[in-house]
Amino acid sequence: MEHLLKVENINVYYGAIHAIKDVSFHVDAGEVVTLIGANGAGKSTTLQTISGLLRSRSGGIEFNGESIGRLPPHRIVERGLAQVPEGRRIFLQMSVQENLEMGAFTRRGGVSEEELERVFEQFPRLKERRRQIAGTLSGGEQQMLAIGRALMSRPQLLMLDEPSMGLAPILVEQIFEIIGKLHRSGTTILLVEQNAQMALSVADRAYVMETGRIGLSGTGRELAESDLVKKAYLGG
Amino acid sequence: MEFLSYLIIGVSLGSVYAIIALGYTMVYGIAKMLNFAHGDVIMVGGYISLLSMTSLGLPWWAGVLLAILVCTVLGVVIEGLAYKPLRASPSLAVLITAIGVSYFLQNAAQLLWGASPMSYTPIVSGSLPVGGLSISYISLVTIVMCVVIMTALTLFTEKTRMGKAMRACSEDKGAAQLMGINVNRTISLTFAIGSALAAIAGVLLCSFNTSLMPTTGSMPGIKAFTAAVFGGIGSIPGALLGGVLLGIIESLAKAYISTQLANSIVFAVLIVTLLVRPAGLLGKYVPEKV
Ligand SMILES: Nc1ncnc2c1ncn2[C@@H]1O[C@H](COP(=O)(O)OP(=O)(O)O)[C@@H](O)[C@H]1O
Ligand SMILES: [Mg+2]
Repeated sequence: MEHLLKVENINVYYGAIHAIKDVSFHVDAGEVVTLIGANGAGKSTTLQTISGLLRSRSGGIEFNGESIGRLPPHRIVERGLAQVPEGRRIFLQMSVQENLEMGAFTRRGGVSEEELERVFEQFPRLKERRRQIAGTLSGGEQQMLAIGRALMSRPQLLMLDEPSMGLAPILVEQIFEIIGKLHRSGTTILLVEQNAQMALSVADRAYVMETGRIGLSGTGRELAESDLVKKAYLGG
Repeated sequence: MEFLSYLIIGVSLGSVYAIIALGYTMVYGIAKMLNFAHGDVIMVGGYISLLSMTSLGLPWWAGVLLAILVCTVLGVVIEGLAYKPLRASPSLAVLITAIGVSYFLQNAAQLLWGASPMSYTPIVSGSLPVGGLSISYISLVTIVMCVVIMTALTLFTEKTRMGKAMRACSEDKGAAQLMGINVNRTISLTFAIGSALAAIAGVLLCSFNTSLMPTTGSMPGIKAFTAAVFGGIGSIPGALLGGVLLGIIESLAKAYISTQLANSIVFAVLIVTLLVRPAGLLGKYVPEKV
């Protein structure tokens, strides 16, 4: 079967810094795949390269069989690849509803009430606050808005960059519950996390990133039980 | 009575500043750069409207439309050729480039149309007697234009898909790109709108001054920039408030204090305001949540 997303031997540089070295992996339709690794390993750089915000010097990225490595970011979103960036990056001065509308920017027809309802069903808190300015939401609500906003484009693949970052444990649980729900409803997810334990618990497969390279890979359970991962990331 | 007529002059002068300030503020909001050449686009607008009336024999409204068209294209071309290649460069490089573009436009105008002032026939003349006052029609037209433009722009940025995309880009370009917004095109659109407004401002300004030369845009450009900062750069209502207040201060200072000192007073007010409110009158700080 053809992979939904195929990343092959990409190399990304920040000036002279070689941040991503020959990284390859894939995501199949319907999977939750996680990319774990310590701070600075290159996880965000990888996602930004897939989204077209950064360019790989060599190798290729294929989505749905089409090469997307040279496309500008807005064309990549149009093809069904959405990202919830690290640190949420919601539009703080715009209302909750406007943020969601921006999420649907690629769908030219405008946003129907049903479309918004679909997201509000998952995130009832956002419905109550739809006219509120996003900057006044709590951290957890902002993360939900960031996820809801990305879902508005009806992506075939949703990439999440550390959705649990900076959230209280109870909110982290909630976010992972949402990820599980999205998975069950058929959404394909590429999840970047530092919280390896939580990430491995929801993932079908996982890759471990270390200083710009992918080291281990395997099913979520295999990695959760691997001694190396336990030592390095699970505090065991 | 006298005070009232100075006030009206101030408001209409301020309306011109506000229209120019809008261009500065919108471009600053989205490209985070000071487009120093903005004032010179005003001058180009003045010349195009004047020459299409005098040389081409077009009616005044056609001259205005042509000026808007030429300035819109000019703004987009300037952005594409001079600023876009510097998107990732330090802001000082962009600023110096903008100053360069400003001098380029002034010198090109000098080459094309000469350095000496040309006389400009106002698009409307005469005045309306109200009580003991007489208000010139050009003042009324200017104030009405300003209100119309402000309303249209506010509706555009608040209600339309592209207007909202513009706000999204001005907040966070990376996130906007992740929404599928074409940031380059959005920036071009902003320059197009700002430059179209500059053309309108050019026609109004020249109608007030009844003369035009290659440096005509430069002082009003700087004052409008001051107005934009005064009101809170990046804010549309801020540009209106800053522009109108600046016009009033200038007009009253000229009438009651000194014509020579008027500009110094205007800039002194700016400095004091920024000491008290560094973000300008309506500038906003949004606290970041963690
Ligand atoms: N804008 C940047 N300029 C220079 N180096 C960067 C930049 N962003 C990230 N890096 C470097 O690239 C490496 C990978 O960073 P990143 O992808 O953010 O890691 P992660 O998301 O796994 O924490 C790090 O060494 C980081 O210091
Ligand atoms: Mg990261």
